[in-house]
Amino acid sequence: MRYADILRFARDAATAYPLRTLLSVLAMAIGVASVVLLTALGDGARRYVVGQFSSLGSNLVIVLPGRSATGGFNPANGITTTPRDLTVDDAAALLRAPAVQRVAPLAVGTTEISAGGRLREVVAAGSTASLMAVRNFQLAQGRFLPEDEWRSSAPVAVIGMTIRNDMFGNQPAVGQLIRLGDRRLRVIGVLKSTGQGVGMNTDELVIVPVALAQALFNSNTLLRIMVQARGRDQIEAAKAQATAILKARHGGEEDVTVITQDAVLATFDKLLGALTAAVAGIAAISLLVAGVLVMNVMLVAVTQRRAEIGLIKALGARGSTIQQIFLVEAAMLSLAGAVTGYLLGQLGALVLRQLFPVFPAYAPAWAVAAALLTALVTGLLFGILPARRAAQLDTVDALMRH
Amino acid sequence: MTLIALAAIERVFHLGETDVHALARIDLNIAAGEYVAVVGPSGSGKSTLLNLLGLLDQPTAGTYHLEGRDVTTLSADEQAAVRSRRIGFVFQSFHLVPRLTAAENIALPMMLAGIPVAVREQRVRQALRDFGLDNRANHRPDELSGGQRQRVAIARATIMQPALLLADEPTGNLDRATGEEVVHLLEALNAQGMTLIVVTHDAALAARAGRQIMMEDGRVKSDVSHAALATSTSA
Repeated sequence: MRYADILRFARDAATAYPLRTLLSVLAMAIGVASVVLLTALGDGARRYVVGQFSSLGSNLVIVLPGRSATGGFNPANGITTTPRDLTVDDAAALLRAPAVQRVAPLAVGTTEISAGGRLREVVAAGSTASLMAVRNFQLAQGRFLPEDEWRSSAPVAVIGMTIRNDMFGNQPAVGQLIRLGDRRLRVIGVLKSTGQGVGMNTDELVIVPVALAQALFNSNTLLRIMVQARGRDQIEAAKAQATAILKARHGGEEDVTVITQDAVLATFDKLLGALTAAVAGIAAISLLVAGVLVMNVMLVAVTQRRAEIGLIKALGARGSTIQQIFLVEAAMLSLAGAVTGYLLGQLGALVLRQLFPVFPAYAPAWAVAAALLTALVTGLLFGILPARRAAQLDTVDALMRH
Repeated sequence: MTLIALAAIERVFHLGETDVHALARIDLNIAAGEYVAVVGPSGSGKSTLLNLLGLLDQPTAGTYHLEGRDVTTLSADEQAAVRSRRIGFVFQSFHLVPRLTAAENIALPMMLAGIPVAVREQRVRQALRDFGLDNRANHRPDELSGGQRQRVAIARATIMQPALLLADEPTGNLDRATGEEVVHLLEALNAQGMTLIVVTHDAALAARAGRQIMMEDGRVKSDVSHAALATSTSA
């Protein structure tokens, strides 16, 4: 029998029983669609988080005071003294490291802001001009902190969009005076709104020179030091050099934690990647169920078409030909289901992206390929048993039962 | 020339504990071009004999030579090839594939044999004309009368130009007039040289055949040829 004839014969046989065909195609489609959609969700979550972290700034190395506690309890930790605070001098010292391009100290505290009779609580961050480049900040109006504000405490502030709206409403904010704690400051810039992200919400932030912030909070410590490496390949070097410099400055004691954005990112990436794979695995079970259903449908088809099978055997069809006819039919059902499911899944992901534009719900290529392949393989695999059964039918018996 | 030579053919069915001898040591020769009617009561083994002749069933013992070739020892695929090229079947209940049109049903054996589409179309056209089905080519079996269905079935059985045409109660599901018409058709094919073996209950139909084989209890009870009117029984 010619291949074109086998294909046509199987197609006609499938379309001759529309309900049965439709149901098995539907089952396979749901399986594939769920894999596509669920992996789109999982991978979308991964991309979203990765994207958020990238918006923190590029080539970022963060120095925190104190030894990292993630290494488990180390008896040495119990003996040593409490960690030294990070200071502005520490931050300035990091500029000597060859792999470091920029350094931005960060002192953070809560205080009150008032302007034009309005008053609210606010998070104030003390830093330098470098913070803008290090954290990828964008300005809506005005300018950022002046350069070289390490020591001087010029009475200026850059405010977030929410603070601007709360304090000034529709009035222009740049050039206005505000009171922050017990200081009078002039607003010199407004940050562009970024919305809620990972890390600080910059919309509700007031940024002032670091020396001013420390005076305001009556403290000379820093919450952290943000370091920007010269390039992606310099991140590890910057980390090592920063650690070495601070160790030397802190009397030979390694009492700071240096984390790279990449490390955090890689952890999230791995975590959410595993989540996507797990979700894909669960969805794959529905593909297996669909395969069993295709087998069931094909077994019913063999029983229903006993007389036909007997006839074509009598007309000279070999066992292998009959087997091929039924296998091709099973493959067709699976293929139709897989393609339908693929389209449904992509449609679902599209709807998801329309509803939540910030959420990049794209199914990863590996998941789509795996889903389609699994659908075809299970369809064929579960088609073998019915096809063999058809080929092995007793001709006389099949012809008589009619 | 001998078309069919059966020697000591036995067919035993195992039904639970008991063995049923559907055919018991049949020896039979049928020459090419003969017109044979096989008659006998139900359970006499005539259908089993027909199935064996058509290679749908295997004998338990004995040998079957078809056109001088021992077909009992052939593999399943080789037997399928013999059925495809040398044997045509006509069934009581027509056995047309319901989803296929008359033309497609007629073309089915050629499709299974892998004959090119162009040849198929030309032969089907010819067959539709020969069997008076010109205007029924694209009708499905449920749109055809009983007589038309059996004509489609006969066209299908002969489309591969077999040497042997086996008919199992070909008129059993037809009224007398239509049955008559179908018998004339089969006899015309026989007149063209095709060996025709008909299994029937119908005495009138059997009487038309050149040779009548009467079966009983799995044996040939009588074997009468019209021409000679001589009896040659074999047990």
